[in-house]
Amino acid sequence: MSMNVVTFTIDGVEVKSAPDKTILQAADDVGIYIPRLCYLKDLPPGGHCRVCTVKVNGRPVNACTYPVAEGIVVENNTEELHSLRRNIIEMLFVEGNHFCPSCEVAGKCELQALAYRLALLTPQMPYLYAQKELDATHPDVYLDRNRCVLCGRCVRASIYLDKKNVFGFENRGISMRISVNSNDGLKDTNLTKDDKSMSVCPTGCLVVKRQGFTIPVGKRPYDKKPIGSEIETKTVNS
Amino acid sequence: MTHHYREQIKNIANKYGNDRGYLMNIARDIVKELGYISEEVVADLADVLNIPMVQVRDMVSFYSFFPRKTLGKNVIRVCNAVIERMKGADEVSKAFEKALGVSFGETTKDNLFTLLHTSCIGLSDQAPGALINNVPLTNLKPTDIPQIINDIKSGKNVSDLPQSRVLLNLKKEGEVICAPMESGKAIRNALNMKPEEVIGEINKSRLRGRGGAGFPTAMKWDFCRKQKSSVRYLICNADEGEPGTFKDRVILTEYPDLVFEGMTIAGYAIGAKEGIMYLRGEYAYLLDNLEKVLAKRRHLGLLGEHICGREDFSFDIRIQLGAGAYVCGEESALIESLEGKRGAPRDRPPFPVQKGYKNEPTSVNNVETLCCAARILEKGGEWFSKIGTKDSTGTKMLSVSGDCEHPGVYEVEYGITIENLLELVGAKNTQAVQVGGASGKCVAPKDFGRRISFEDLPTGGSIMIFSKNRDLLEYMYQFVEFFVEESCGWCVPCRAGTTLLEKKLRQILDGKGTAQSLAELRRIAQTIKLMSRCGLGQTSANPVLTTIYDFADLYAERIKEEDGKLMTFDLQKAMKVGIEASGRIKEGVK
Ligand SMILES: Cc1cc2nc3c(=O)[nH]c(=O)nc-3n(C[C@H](O)[C@H](O)[C@H](O)COP(=O)(O)O)c2cc1C
Ligand code: SF4
Ligand code: SF4
Ligand code: SF4
Ligand code: FES
Ligand code: FES
Repeated sequence: MSMNVVTFTIDGVEVKSAPDKTILQAADDVGIYIPRLCYLKDLPPGGHCRVCTVKVNGRPVNACTYPVAEGIVVENNTEELHSLRRNIIEMLFVEGNHFCPSCEVAGKCELQALAYRLALLTPQMPYLYAQKELDATHPDVYLDRNRCVLCGRCVRASIYLDKKNVFGFENRGISMRISVNSNDGLKDTNLTKDDKSMSVCPTGCLVVKRQGFTIPVGKRPYDKKPIGSEIETKTVNS
Repeated sequence: MTHHYREQIKNIANKYGNDRGYLMNIARDIVKELGYISEEVVADLADVLNIPMVQVRDMVSFYSFFPRKTLGKNVIRVCNAVIERMKGADEVSKAFEKALGVSFGETTKDNLFTLLHTSCIGLSDQAPGALINNVPLTNLKPTDIPQIINDIKSGKNVSDLPQSRVLLNLKKEGEVICAPMESGKAIRNALNMKPEEVIGEINKSRLRGRGGAGFPTAMKWDFCRKQKSSVRYLICNADEGEPGTFKDRVILTEYPDLVFEGMTIAGYAIGAKEGIMYLRGEYAYLLDNLEKVLAKRRHLGLLGEHICGREDFSFDIRIQLGAGAYVCGEESALIESLEGKRGAPRDRPPFPVQKGYKNEPTSVNNVETLCCAARILEKGGEWFSKIGTKDSTGTKMLSVSGDCEHPGVYEVEYGITIENLLELVGAKNTQAVQVGGASGKCVAPKDFGRRISFEDLPTGGSIMIFSKNRDLLEYMYQFVEFFVEESCGWCVPCRAGTTLLEKKLRQILDGKGTAQSLAELRRIAQTIKLMSRCGLGQTSANPVLTTIYDFADLYAERIKEEDGKLMTFDLQKAMKVGIEASGRIKEGVK
């Protein structure tokens, strides 16, 4: 066996990978989909959503930061993990204020798509109806915190891709919110509508003004195929 | 924009070399001088430190002790954690509201007082307690309050009030922590050995961490020492935030030399030059004395350059104050906080021994663990390994509070049964014992034969006793409230889950729950436990998960009739399958 390859199994399927990868990266490379929400390929992982939780040798860990190792036994596609992941998605729906039928990103929203893929029905958990601020101060974009899942993608994209610091967090616990680099809303930051941070939001919080519904409903990415199929249909690396 | 206090901010930042790593200290000093951290101050501070203001706001908005709005001249924080409420904190709270004419969260019109609640401040053995301007007051009675307010109004120092006394309450001295000591002896013994041999001695003692996880201390030090790096750090975790824990308070008051001795030995063993004690903000009143002890030790040559005359060993210690966040007791969150950031835990691996403070190998050890280490170097690993049980050697400092005659700190041998402990502290008519604080386990009488030890009932030190006349589930609810307050917010299951758990439990306790609500409660609790990112979330459902089986009838009593008909749901029966499946067959479940 080569020093530069580790071998392990995901749901009994043997997977080979370079030793410096995470479980999620290694799975992606061989066309195995592990559900995820806060992870995005070109950004460092954030570890916020825990949707990517798998079991490694029986212990729950998040696949987006956990390194591969020789001989580990990974469980991914199990009924138990699906229901736990579904519960997290349900928590996000009752934590925020989501009304999909009138939402700009319905059909291309990763939260909504995960809810479909994991077969979430009407939430049973109590809705929190939290007050969340909308920031429409910027001439070209707005930030609607009602739909924010605090995945931190905008924060990381602004730092690592745009080399700016437009976004950050504020407060703790259930009061945690996205905050911006000014005293008075997005208008006083150096954000532009073409920044990378504007294109990474998995839901509909960061939106460019005056260009709604450019892709008609019915033709949006998750209207036809479930989220994750883009990974599953990938040709398997040898 | 320039503000009149910009000079003050500049001076404070300058004092810390304009280093953002000292943001905790800078923010603390700003609050001391300006009273709070306004949006303008956030902008000015960002400018002075040359970092984005979103990062300054991110950090300061995280901690309870950095107010964002102006507070009164005197800040009163009344502890309303579980033990306090058993001991009459609600009446004390009302007395404060009456004397000041404001509600909690408000400031008096003359700007003299702000009234706030706080969770456990480490004084549960002398409850009810409060911090006024960071000075602790204990054993408060509602009738004391008007006089206290008048005294402060007339200019009296809070520390001169008769209620400003922290009793030591050390009720039982054992042979490890509480024995007499000769400063420097253990260090000299250690310096006569190679660092590897010091670790070997600790290994022989089979010492395990006292902070919660019970990780073998020798193994941690060995990992840390073996990392390839020229810089390593030793951190003493004195954040003691678990509700009902106050044993580190007693150690830091009574045996500070032993702690520093242990830190120095650990520094030698892992190859660190710098030790940092992270002291919870609520214990700020201990700081002066701790600094004095450090100065004395430097003077004696036990700290600083060339310790005990050894050319090749220099080590010094600084103390970092926390700012009111329980999660900062978690080692990786503690490190983030030390670096001047919000106290969000890190994903592991890498572990702190690999990449810790400033990304260098770091060993984080509890106060009591370090004391044990010092004793082991004084008296030998062999001696230590004979105390306690096979898997839990040594003694444990227990903080006992709640319904008993003699609350306080007890140093007991590992292996003591709950039954014997209850006898020792004078507890009668006990309904349940909460072992390990809010995140621990609620133990029912049928299990009082179980032992305090890593292999049976582990605890960081918190023991809370509930007698039979207490509404147990209401206290479990208050534990859940605590986690809602203290969740860092980073990950979904804990951030949203704890709030949802609180809502569901409230519904059930208010008699509005159905059988379906109980199933929901369990589903939420399991998700938080299995999916959360750090130990806080993973244990935050324990108040529910450890009572839902053993105190099932308390839940069943609260379940509502539906449509005027009694629910036919039999909880005991419904649980049986689950209990059997999990291999937790207990008496009382038929
Ligand atoms: C939420 C949370 C709070 C914690 N609080 C403390 C604390 O106050 N003091 C402490 O020593 N350890 C605390 N710990 C455990 C630390 O993460 C760490 O395991 C410990 O400091 C290691 O020291 P030890 O090996 O000496 O036990 C906490 C852990 C969690 C998850
Ligand atoms: S952001 Fe997604 S989940 Fe939320 S309302 Fe829009 S489509 Fe629905
Ligand atoms: S605004 Fe969007 S990208 Fe940013 S944290 Fe919220 S959901 Fe994530
Ligand atoms: S479990 Fe809770 S405290 Fe820990 S990272 Fe998640 S939100 Fe923060
Ligand atoms: S994708 Fe791994 S935690 Fe969110
Ligand atoms: S000091 Fe109030 S419960 Fe501990």
